[in-house]
Amino acid sequence: MTANMNTLQSESKTQSQSFWLRLLQDSSGRLGLILVVVFSITSLMGLFEITPYPVLEQHRIDRLKAPDEVYAMGTDQFGRDVLSRVMRGGANSLQVAVLSVAVSATLGTIIGIVSGYLGGNVDTILMRIMDILFAFPSLLLALLIVTIVGASLSSTITAITIVYTPIFARVARGPVLALKNAEFVVAARCLGATDLRIILFHVLPNMRTVLIVQVTLALSWALITEAGLSFLGLGTQPPDPSWGLMLSENRGLAEIAPWLIVFPGLAIMLTVLGFNLLGDGLRDILDPHLKAD
Amino acid sequence: MRQYLIRRLLASLVTLLGISVLVFGAIRLVPGDQITAQLGTEAGMLSDEQRASLERYYGLDRPVVEQYFSWLSNALQGNLGLSIRQGREVLPLILERFPVTLELAIFSIIIALMIGLPFGVLSALKRNTWLDLFGRIFSMLGLSIPNFLLGTLIIYVLSVGFGILPNSGDYVDFVENPLKNLEQLIFPAITMGFSFASSVMRMTRSAMLEVLNAEYIRTARSKGITERRVITNHALRNALIPVVTIIGVEFGYLLGGAFITEQIFALPGIGRLTINAINQREYALVQGVALFIVFNFVVINLLVDLIYSVIDPRVTYDR
Repeated sequence: MTANMNTLQSESKTQSQSFWLRLLQDSSGRLGLILVVVFSITSLMGLFEITPYPVLEQHRIDRLKAPDEVYAMGTDQFGRDVLSRVMRGGANSLQVAVLSVAVSATLGTIIGIVSGYLGGNVDTILMRIMDILFAFPSLLLALLIVTIVGASLSSTITAITIVYTPIFARVARGPVLALKNAEFVVAARCLGATDLRIILFHVLPNMRTVLIVQVTLALSWALITEAGLSFLGLGTQPPDPSWGLMLSENRGLAEIAPWLIVFPGLAIMLTVLGFNLLGDGLRDILDPHLKAD
Repeated sequence: MRQYLIRRLLASLVTLLGISVLVFGAIRLVPGDQITAQLGTEAGMLSDEQRASLERYYGLDRPVVEQYFSWLSNALQGNLGLSIRQGREVLPLILERFPVTLELAIFSIIIALMIGLPFGVLSALKRNTWLDLFGRIFSMLGLSIPNFLLGTLIIYVLSVGFGILPNSGDYVDFVENPLKNLEQLIFPAITMGFSFASSVMRMTRSAMLEVLNAEYIRTARSKGITERRVITNHALRNALIPVVTIIGVEFGYLLGGAFITEQIFALPGIGRLTINAINQREYALVQGVALFIVFNFVVINLLVDLIYSVIDPRVTYDR
């Protein structure tokens, strides 16, 4: 028995090792992972205020300075260091994306599993509700929610959570429908396993792949939605920075100080690109059926 | 088929009803009362009597359920309420702005198809060549660049590089001056069409790859049909089926999702109307626009589903 357990453990260890190895061998996966890690680290530094300068500090004599050795990404019209603001802005943007995707993935998966597993009227009602939410273009729904609760970090998170929950519910429901009549699930049921046990130990592990890929892609959409809301002035509120807000605040200054839009713009694009590439890479190695080629 | 039609119509009706409840309820959830929220500080100047008469006018003194049904029955008759600040009815306001958004959406789709389809097909046919690589990098970038960034960059490059301001002057109708109108819409349309071009390309590429492996393609080739005809008549026709679906869905989104592009390029469409309504707390207007946009979306989705069954006879809806 113990010997068996040991083999099992070392097997799963090799499996996880080979997972990382395969991810690093996949060119999309590798580049995506690097981008995501780099921006996560700089954003974490921004979150804990390990930045070259305090985010809100104004260097009045150094207003609108082009990038140089003192200010790596230049300064804005108040003389605030752009690099520090990009780092802190990343913390705000990623925080919103990660929290909202975490909640919507959990909520959506639960709804999808319950709906697919129980079927019948519960399924019909839950999926109808999801359809209704799904019919709203995501930015419109987010705008409506922000209108009701007012613009703030938490309302942005709430809005994005509500927008993405139906997507996860749909993604989770599909595999459940297929899995609930699979032989191994029927076998488990015959052995007297409870519904909860079947869901936790038999259904959930088998839909891990789909969910992981979906989470990665949802993170990239959530980043864009957050940046869009902030761009419209309905997300992160000044003077706190976020990538979208920095772009909209400095749009008028682009001609005289292009670095004010280039750096936050690059930051958004590369981070979103990172999540997209990572999602593609993960799909390629985790789910060969879905592979595009 | 008829049964499917009826079922699909009924489902859409239920969805629309749910949407109306949501849109109605959403505005009722605004903290504080609507009149204070709408008038802001000016609300303080109202006498109790004036306030009561405003409440009566908006029906706020009646039970919520009754308010909902009277709102719904009004909405069904095309009466979406009154915009306080503009002193006009909501529906005409929306319909006035809608052509701008519609034109922008159509343009964006045309641009997306012009870029996405040929690149997608070429990418699949010349798989694993530099052309394919270029196409895939392009589509990845397209998916990763938010439209507000692209729009900002386009304006920046145009104004700095060429001294043109794409959003200068008032908006001109197509009927009034087609050339000027196209000039004003081309850059916003590129902004919106770019990311959609990427998804069209990815979809076309993967659908083409799948179809090219199908047995009927092998049969067609073995019958000695020219490669050109195999591609256009046999492969492309089938590969386009999933692409039609995303065009439909995207069209629905574009009609309601031009908030940012219209804002950047100062186009007087529905998106801009919504943002202004939100900023000015014009709840009737927000409600009306939301209902209008989502209604369009549901109807377009319904149409796409129906078209789908026409262009792909393999799709049957019998359960």
